Amino acid sequence: MTDILNEMATRREQKLKRSLSKRYRQEVVFKAFGVASIVSALLFLVILLWTIFAQGHTAFQTTQVRLSVDLDPVTLGLPDNPTEQDIFRASFGTVLRDAIMAKIPEASSRRERRAVIEFISTGATYDLRDKVIANPELIGQTIEYWALAGDDLNQFNKGNIDRNVDESNRQFKDNQIAWFDKLDANGDIKTTFNTNFFTNGDSRDAEMAGIAGSIVGSFYVLVVTLLLSFPIGVAAAVYLEEFAPKNRVTEIIEININNLAAVPSIVFGLLGLAIFLNVAHLPRSAPVVGGLVLTLMSLPTIIISSRAAIKAVPPSIREAATGMGASKMQVVLQHVLPLAMPGMMTGTIIAMAQALGETAPLLMIGMVAFIVDIPSGPMDAATVLPVQIYTWAENPELGFRENTSGAIIVLLGFLAFMNATAVYLRKRLERRW
Amino acid sequence: MDTTFKHTSVETSTGPVASEPTTLGTDLEQEVGETVGDAFVDDPRMKARNVDVFYADKQAIHNVSLDIGRNEVLSMIGPSGCGKSTFLRSINRMNDTIDICKVTGSITLDGEDIYDRSMDVVSLRARVGMVFQKPNPFPKSIYDNIAYGPRIHGLVERRAELDEVVETSLRKAGLWEEVKDRLDQPATGLSGGQQQRLCIARTIAISPEVILMDEPCSALDPIATARIEELIAELSENYTIAIVTHSMQQAARVSDRTAYFHLGKLIEVGATDKIFTSPDHKLTEDYITGRFG
Repeated sequence: MTDILNEMATRREQKLKRSLSKRYRQEVVFKAFGVASIVSALLFLVILLWTIFAQGHTAFQTTQVRLSVDLDPVTLGLPDNPTEQDIFRASFGTVLRDAIMAKIPEASSRRERRAVIEFISTGATYDLRDKVIANPELIGQTIEYWALAGDDLNQFNKGNIDRNVDESNRQFKDNQIAWFDKLDANGDIKTTFNTNFFTNGDSRDAEMAGIAGSIVGSFYVLVVTLLLSFPIGVAAAVYLEEFAPKNRVTEIIEININNLAAVPSIVFGLLGLAIFLNVAHLPRSAPVVGGLVLTLMSLPTIIISSRAAIKAVPPSIREAATGMGASKMQVVLQHVLPLAMPGMMTGTIIAMAQALGETAPLLMIGMVAFIVDIPSGPMDAATVLPVQIYTWAENPELGFRENTSGAIIVLLGFLAFMNATAVYLRKRLERRW
Repeated sequence: MDTTFKHTSVETSTGPVASEPTTLGTDLEQEVGETVGDAFVDDPRMKARNVDVFYADKQAIHNVSLDIGRNEVLSMIGPSGCGKSTFLRSINRMNDTIDICKVTGSITLDGEDIYDRSMDVVSLRARVGMVFQKPNPFPKSIYDNIAYGPRIHGLVERRAELDEVVETSLRKAGLWEEVKDRLDQPATGLSGGQQQRLCIARTIAISPEVILMDEPCSALDPIATARIEELIAELSENYTIAIVTHSMQQAARVSDRTAYFHLGKLIEVGATDKIFTSPDHKLTEDYITGRFG
């Protein structure tokens, strides 16, 4: 009877207590590590978002200066009964210059006059021109016009230039500050929503630059990517999972798909350059090429997640359908695919979000060019949001720094939206069986 | 224990199958591997002859020969892993879906070899339906579950006809009264017993000749089980049923004949009364008296 178990029973209580307290200690330490890592991750996230929002929120605002513009046909250089062509070529820059000079008559020297003229953006010229083309009866009148402010005045107004800094280190000089204060006191300065940022393409002038071109470019790229990668990815996953013979060739294909998911994206860019541009002679900088490259990149992700979704379909459903005499094709199309669809869509949206944020491969196929026009189709030269951010980030001008952060906020917004959609779809379409 | 009768019955019912293993009845030594009892019947719906089933190199079924009579309920019992489910799945070629599974020997349905090239597996399964261990309704409405088979096989022409098929199938499965007001609701919302009866209704909706049941009550409570057993009795008037079960009481209650499997071999077959009262084989006796299994 004195076997080891009986012997153990006599000193069990004591031993158990000791081992329990050790186990609890380990548990506490383990939990503490977990909490610490989550807290640090959250902290970094907050710092990241804070810096971006602090710098970027002003990108959504712009400054306008009130002028009373004399649209004198002589100054504008217009003939009698001007055509639209004539108005298009009229010198609106001159009337705007006269109008701002009238506000600040004390600027006399050539240098001072130049500083005052820079208060108004060149973009205002085009805006006023468009306004007059739309309403030709304005010619000959003196109108009140809120002109888009130049970059320096804009930045100063939004508080991005500190007036307490020594003048030699400041872009906005003391006399400019004095003139600004005078305009501001008269109520001639106002801060408004920056519609240009959402309706314009890229520009050399920060206050005129917008993300519309790159958003449209991103949209075309994603449409091409989605149209190609979803059907191909799902078909590949269905074939590999349901139809492919389990042999060495299939195994090698599977391993390589998994490996492709880990290939650096720039490599896909090089591949696109070599094949789509140099061999297939597709247009440079075009969203269609970007879409092709990103398709290559997102296929592994979609195939892997689709296969996981197909694997997760309970075998009992397959058996039920097979037992009813459904053919392989019917089982797949009528039972497996509908049940796997939420998982496949989630994977696809995640892959699309990845593609939306991808920069490197698109640099290789020329989507990094300076493009002012908003692309009107997937064959037009275009850039995409992350590449636009990359281009602006290289620009040292204050206005572009702000635009960079603004564009990042928009991009993050899109990504958050897409991921939320993926989560929502997964929750919504999840079926119980 | 005069097993020679079996031979006569084989020869009368299936003339050409003269190559039956002649050792079957001659050896009275009760060795595993030689079936005792009446494996063959006069009017078989399905005949299995010398069936071996392999999973890769492992042999799961050893030389099983067995008839399933017309409109009879045949139950297959035996300890876990004895191959009764494997044998059942060979009867409607569900094992085809397993790549490594290989079946040799012959299984015929109304005289046609089901493993023959000319036999289409889809039409076979339309003739030999199957009910599984776990209720497995499709995640669709009750109506669509029943209508699925007739639809994919193109058995009905008009909607009204389909409605009738659905109603009749549900009535036969004793489920109509419970679900007639909610045919458009998901089948997954039914209770376990109702789901299993739905699966039976789904199977009979394609009017198969044979219904195979793989432990249909193992996931159900006693009341639902009793309901299914009643149903099996009713169905046996029109259908040939082969049922695998772990419950010997169930086998005794529902079946006309019982087959006892052990380690992949068919040990003994006979009228259910006989098997449960005076089995001929030692292993059968040990099993039904609860000495193992």
